[in-house]
Amino acid sequence: MHIPDGYLSPQTYIPLIGVFVTTTAIAVKKVKNELSAHNIPYLGMAAAFSFIIMMFNLPIPGGTTGHAVGSAVIAIIFGPWAATIAVSVALIIQAFIFGDGGITAIGANCFNMAVFMPFIAYYIFRLLCKFPTGKPGVTFAAFISGYLSLVFAAILTAVEFGIQPMIASTADGKALYCPYNLSIAIPAMAIEHLLLFGIVEGIVTALIINYFLKNERDLVYAFRKGGKNETR
Amino acid sequence: MLSGKGVRMKLDKLQKKILVILLSLCLITPIGILLPMVFNAGDAWGEWSAHTLKDLVGYVPQGLAKYSDLWEAPLPDYAINTTDTSVVHQSGFYIVSCIIGATVTYVVMLLISKLIIKGGK
Repeated sequence: MHIPDGYLSPQTYIPLIGVFVTTTAIAVKKVKNELSAHNIPYLGMAAAFSFIIMMFNLPIPGGTTGHAVGSAVIAIIFGPWAATIAVSVALIIQAFIFGDGGITAIGANCFNMAVFMPFIAYYIFRLLCKFPTGKPGVTFAAFISGYLSLVFAAILTAVEFGIQPMIASTADGKALYCPYNLSIAIPAMAIEHLLLFGIVEGIVTALIINYFLKNERDLVYAFRKGGKNETR
Repeated sequence: MLSGKGVRMKLDKLQKKILVILLSLCLITPIGILLPMVFNAGDAWGEWSAHTLKDLVGYVPQGLAKYSDLWEAPLPDYAINTTDTSVVHQSGFYIVSCIIGATVTYVVMLLISKLIIKGGK
């Protein structure tokens, strides 16, 4: 899901850089108000975890590869605003040091995986936890939150790819940037994430949420009202 | 404000345990290059090089050609040496890249979090 340089037109990547920078500025203020010093080492670990999990490329046999992102679990435990910053740090380091994801596409990639995805995940989780179903219910909510948020982020990425032929083509109909239109990009990205990568994101999310509920329940953002003085 | 301790922080038992888990995950990352090899899977969708894209659609889009080599990453594709294609060496490079990348990410995020959370006090 890391869009490389050259796949997005400036009409797409420049506004997305603007959206990403604005969101990050808000995230900094929110994290300052919402999280206590106890969270600091965890946030470093969360960003590192996101970096590591994205290295586990999984194959669609005979086809493409993909991976989980970790945004969903980070959003549930530390809040979507903290997830925005943590996953962005991982994505920016991947782009600059390892060439994974383009430099011009940093705004787009961060928006898709570090802004859109954690917020979708967080609100799906909160919604599903409203049903009083106990611990299995929370596990299920965590799985669905990871699964759907990755699928939706993949579809958003596919839309960014797919609108490129409409935005910029030469006179003889050749695309200037991503050559695939929406009718190819959306099914391709949606199906692989529905069938495999989303399931992995769901399982990872559910496992870690259970681990934190057992070991450090008070920390979990989605179960607090927000406000760093309420716990610890 | 930031104390003189820099990135050193006192970690509790659970946090140390999580760091060990993260390091263990780094050591098994070669799964991420071996599984795609075994199941004959290629690039991620939309992440093809200009060269591969030419094979797929018959041409390299002009704008894409202009931007695609914009940035030369020091460790492209999580490999220390891209010309060495031996599976064992590639796995080793992958682990080293993971440890470098995860450590840099951890330290940068730790510093940013310290600045944000403690900066206002």
